[in-house]
Amino acid sequence: MPFIPHTEDDVAEMLASIGAASIDELFDEIPAELKNGKLTRVPTGMSEMEIARLMYERAQQDGFYLNFIGAGAYEHHIPAAVWQITTRGEFYSSYTPYQAEASQGTLQLLYEYQTMMASLTGMDVSNASLYDGASALAEAALMAVRQHKSSRRILIPQTVHPVYRKVVRTIVKNQKIEVVEVPYDPATGQVAADKLEQFAREEFAALVIPQPNFFGVLEQVDMLTDWAHDKQSLAIAVVNPTALAMLKPPGEWGHQGADIAVGEGQPLGIPLSSGGPYFGFMACKQELVRQMPGRIIGRTTDLEGKEGFALTLQAREQHIRRSKATSNICTNQGLMVTAATIYMALLGPEGLYRVAAQSHANTLTLAERLENLSGVKRAFQGPFFHEVALQLSVPADKVLNKLKAQGVLGGVLLEQDYPELKNTLLICATETKTTADLDKYTEMLQQALTT
Amino acid sequence: MLIFEHSRKNRRNYSQAPATRPAKSNIPDNLKRKSAPLLPEVSEMDTVRHYTRLSQKNFSIDTEFYPLGSCTMKYNPRACNSLAMLPQFLAHHPLAPEDTGQGFLACMYELQEILKDVTGMSAVSLTSMAGAQGELIGITMIRAYHDARGDTERTEIIIPDAAHGTNPATATMCGYKVIEIPTNREGDVDMDALKAAVGPKTAGLMLTNPSTLGVFEKKVAEMSQIVHEAGGLLYYDGANLNAVLGKVKPGDMGFDVIHMNLHKTFSTPHGGGGPGAAPVGVADCLLPYLPIPIVAHEQGVYRWLTEKDRPQSIGRLSAHMGNAGVLLRAYIYVRLLGAEGMFRIAEYATLNANYLMAELRKLGFEIAYPTRRASHEFIVTMKEIKDRTGVTAMHLAKRLLDKGFHAPTVYLCLLIEPAETESKETLDRFVAAMKEILDEIETQPETVKTAPHAMPLKKIDDVKAARELDLVWNPAG
Repeated sequence: MPFIPHTEDDVAEMLASIGAASIDELFDEIPAELKNGKLTRVPTGMSEMEIARLMYERAQQDGFYLNFIGAGAYEHHIPAAVWQITTRGEFYSSYTPYQAEASQGTLQLLYEYQTMMASLTGMDVSNASLYDGASALAEAALMAVRQHKSSRRILIPQTVHPVYRKVVRTIVKNQKIEVVEVPYDPATGQVAADKLEQFAREEFAALVIPQPNFFGVLEQVDMLTDWAHDKQSLAIAVVNPTALAMLKPPGEWGHQGADIAVGEGQPLGIPLSSGGPYFGFMACKQELVRQMPGRIIGRTTDLEGKEGFALTLQAREQHIRRSKATSNICTNQGLMVTAATIYMALLGPEGLYRVAAQSHANTLTLAERLENLSGVKRAFQGPFFHEVALQLSVPADKVLNKLKAQGVLGGVLLEQDYPELKNTLLICATETKTTADLDKYTEMLQQALTT
Repeated sequence: MLIFEHSRKNRRNYSQAPATRPAKSNIPDNLKRKSAPLLPEVSEMDTVRHYTRLSQKNFSIDTEFYPLGSCTMKYNPRACNSLAMLPQFLAHHPLAPEDTGQGFLACMYELQEILKDVTGMSAVSLTSMAGAQGELIGITMIRAYHDARGDTERTEIIIPDAAHGTNPATATMCGYKVIEIPTNREGDVDMDALKAAVGPKTAGLMLTNPSTLGVFEKKVAEMSQIVHEAGGLLYYDGANLNAVLGKVKPGDMGFDVIHMNLHKTFSTPHGGGGPGAAPVGVADCLLPYLPIPIVAHEQGVYRWLTEKDRPQSIGRLSAHMGNAGVLLRAYIYVRLLGAEGMFRIAEYATLNANYLMAELRKLGFEIAYPTRRASHEFIVTMKEIKDRTGVTAMHLAKRLLDKGFHAPTVYLCLLIEPAETESKETLDRFVAAMKEILDEIETQPETVKTAPHAMPLKKIDDVKAARELDLVWNPAG
């Protein structure tokens, strides 16, 4: 019996102790009319060798591609030590650290993670993670509404990841919170400052500020942060953690800094793996810490004064506060944060800077080469980090198919979410791309454009 | 010692990061970072040692028995991890075209079909990333159902008082008022209280069955009838699905929507507190509202269903499709077990629980519902011991850590769940440890009250942690 160690003798002894004649008798409280032992669509079991064969075949079927897609999930080199340590059984198979004395490893690691994320974002405090970047933004919106008290409206620019905007709507609409979208400037690809003025006299709990934005373009974060604060709204930053090695952290935006910073933690050592599991990060100013959802770890001492770590501020959480909790969140993404912490420790400030700078330089180089091709132009004039939107003179879906046939994933089409952006590709070249890769992309695009 | 305290200025790992520091940039100066973030500068070997040592300070399933009620801490097969981490799966971008991910999508489609079968529901969405998110999805769908019928006066969700804290928190997050109903002395929901609570304001009932008290709600069919007759829907919290897998299906019990915690019943790792995965299943009445994406199989090709296919869907809950890698581990697990293995999970989990309950009762521990069968878990009350000796459930739990066992789930009592993967010898060792502690309570209660003693740390000062908040390390001290 897979993973069940009982021998026949064990079962007999155990049933004798219980005073039951059979295992079946232990289910005698379930009404007979409800019992249903029929499974028609579950295949019979496989041995480890058989399932391994099946999974190898399926993995092989999916194969490998030279990938230039970003759009919220980024391919970076992950040092070998990251997942070898993360999948140690003591991290992989441990429970939520409610019993602090038996969980000091996970708790100390999370405290180190909180320290790294607070510094990376320039904020005072960080929680121990949320599900992913999209749901972290939704939680930040709820947090802003709790803090603001008078407004239940959130301003979200259309330069924020389209799916993040959808997720925010799904989650906040239950609480009668309104999401209002701000258009972008079609020339720069940034939040349209002139369009922002039409909201100047309305009250909002928060303005969401992406950096870089979904187009890869850098926003005027100082201006946007000050605009929000001038009208007593909170400023919520949505940031890429790799980019923060190069870019001004949200805590330093404008005169007062953003109030909450969230984002997708995947670039920090988490493989792309079809979209998950990733993790969402959230950091904020000290005065908002009691409004923050999710687990938070504090450094304290044991009864003899020795340094130790524990979950803290649990009075915010559902297992204590039940219907009055800040959020229903129970699980975080502990194992993903374990990987991210080891990743950041291995890279250090210089390593992470190089990952960011190389990704930025690669994308810049690729954009310059592609712009030189006839029939390609940059969609937006704003500066960008490691993604760029390029408009083609021919149907872009056909171009992508041609590239795919040669083993290259050439980007995503913006038209799906922005119908006005016809034949526009969003392309990303991280540090994983070599000069030869950039050459290959350029040549293949040229061929695709001319044939 | 913190990782930051191992740090030395300008120490680097040369192989892991790009070799050069390109200067090429179009980033305006006013958008640039001026000072480096506080990340440690440590060698690879010191990093590996540091985190290996930290891991050794954890309890884990791979090293200890977790009799942790309602958490189903079963063995996490290694094959599930290694096969889910095949390089092609890890390299696959979520937005890559569907025809480049047919192998992965086939696994997801089959997992949907298997989960439909074991729960008796009409359709399943895999997107939910945790139990609490599954609940949020379920209650949001219940709201969508009532709204679509123009039935907008339903403002209340009924929840038994024994429910997990996420249930009431979810209902509130979905804008509902929570009506708590009591349980009777047998551990069942008080039917009179339920009848009194339902009415035209009832949007639905959230129920865990077997319940968090470790017993099967025998009158679940009658409860279903009462709630449905009042116009409400039934939500099944699948936290304890492990106890009845293959024996009874939530769909047959009358539930309209359920979530199943794959990190419990389907053995995906807890990972020190996540990631989880909690697919949601629905009956026909909620089918149009199921969150996207969902995998469809048409003309031999797998593809994602989107807003275009499901215009009434409540929408998306994650940037992509939830915790894909966790789902892959669950898929591998169900294929290893097969249909015949599904039944055995519930059978041996229930055998282990009833055996442990019988043995602890023989030692003199008081069982909360002595006339009932244990489902896959049961409650030991501590009231008599506490009143007489001052030793609480938490004291006993901490003393168990000293004996090499993770604590059970502690409320004012102990909720004990030995999953099916534990052997009789392990259960017997646990019983022996409980007997030692029972003896200590009589002869040296202070030893128990001041536990733990054998752990790297004595009891942690939680009060200080909350009062003197120290959430990030400050190099200045």
